[in-house]
Amino acid sequence: MSYSPATQQFLKGAKDGLPFHIVIWPFAAIFGAIATQAGLNVAEVMGFSILVIAGSAQLAALQLMTENAPTVIVLATALAVNLRMGMYSAAFTPHIGKASLATRAFAAYMLYDQPYALASIKFEKEPDLSLSEKLGYFFGVAIPIGIAWYLLTLAGALLGEMIPTDVGVDFAVPITFLAVVAPMLKTLAHVASALTSVVLVLALSFMPYGTGLLVAAVVALLVGAQVESWMEKRKAAA
Amino acid sequence: MIEASPTQIWIIIIGMAIGTFLIRFSFLGLVGDRPLPAWLLRLLRYTPVAVLPAVVAPMLIGAKADTDPLRLFCAAVTIIIGVWTKNVLWAILTGLGLFFGLGAFLG
Repeated sequence: MSYSPATQQFLKGAKDGLPFHIVIWPFAAIFGAIATQAGLNVAEVMGFSILVIAGSAQLAALQLMTENAPTVIVLATALAVNLRMGMYSAAFTPHIGKASLATRAFAAYMLYDQPYALASIKFEKEPDLSLSEKLGYFFGVAIPIGIAWYLLTLAGALLGEMIPTDVGVDFAVPITFLAVVAPMLKTLAHVASALTSVVLVLALSFMPYGTGLLVAAVVALLVGAQVESWMEKRKAAA
Repeated sequence: MIEASPTQIWIIIIGMAIGTFLIRFSFLGLVGDRPLPAWLLRLLRYTPVAVLPAVVAPMLIGAKADTDPLRLFCAAVTIIIGVWTKNVLWAILTGLGLFFGLGAFLG
């Protein structure tokens, strides 16, 4: 039995996405459990995970809601946490911008960190993939993670108090992001960009609602691109 | 406990859903298959290394994180393994394995 190239890429994406499931499953269950413990009913908890489908923003919103912050502040903060995904959208436009509007809308719904991170590595490594292969790979990572996110949120919401919410699982989130970024640190430009990002976000931690992150990220983009063009000039001169 | 009314809760859920979707759809939806300028493409190639470290750093160091030597050590090992093996899975397994292994050992 042979699969179409797009299906083959879907299966590759699903396989490459497996390590993230180690993190997503407990993370989703814990979100479901603490949201229930904070007083949300199952429909509300699932509303977050199905309609919003963005873990860190959901946790941020939940935290503010338990502090009884005004609705506008909850919304503004949660959306600020998600603004980085606007950059993901821009970064993917050259790759999947030719897809139909409905496909792009569906891809946008699933444009969370993990499929973005894996697909951007893949598209850089194999720029000659066709549009349908790129979409296949992206959805191969995204769809199983999305389904796991729904189901484990539901499990957490139903089991509620039975889920231990303080077992160090929060550490799994930074670890997965570091594991994604480290293999990308292959040129001086990439290292410079990553270092700028870290130093600035810490220096700007006084800025409200995660806006420091956006400033740090934009400056880091500029530094990466600038160092790259310096390196090219030096190479051309040598 | 959350004291917001069901209406307020659903306003937050729907508002976050629409806002998050519009952020994610922004460029994909509006730009579509029109070509982006070369300078912008060059910038966008740095998106993952520019954004993800800024997401992670405040979780590990800085004023709002409860800085823990074990976490910092495991994070450093994850980066080293990731740079060395170029393999995301090995880096995750080593980092988390060390964290939970050493955590159990050290109590």
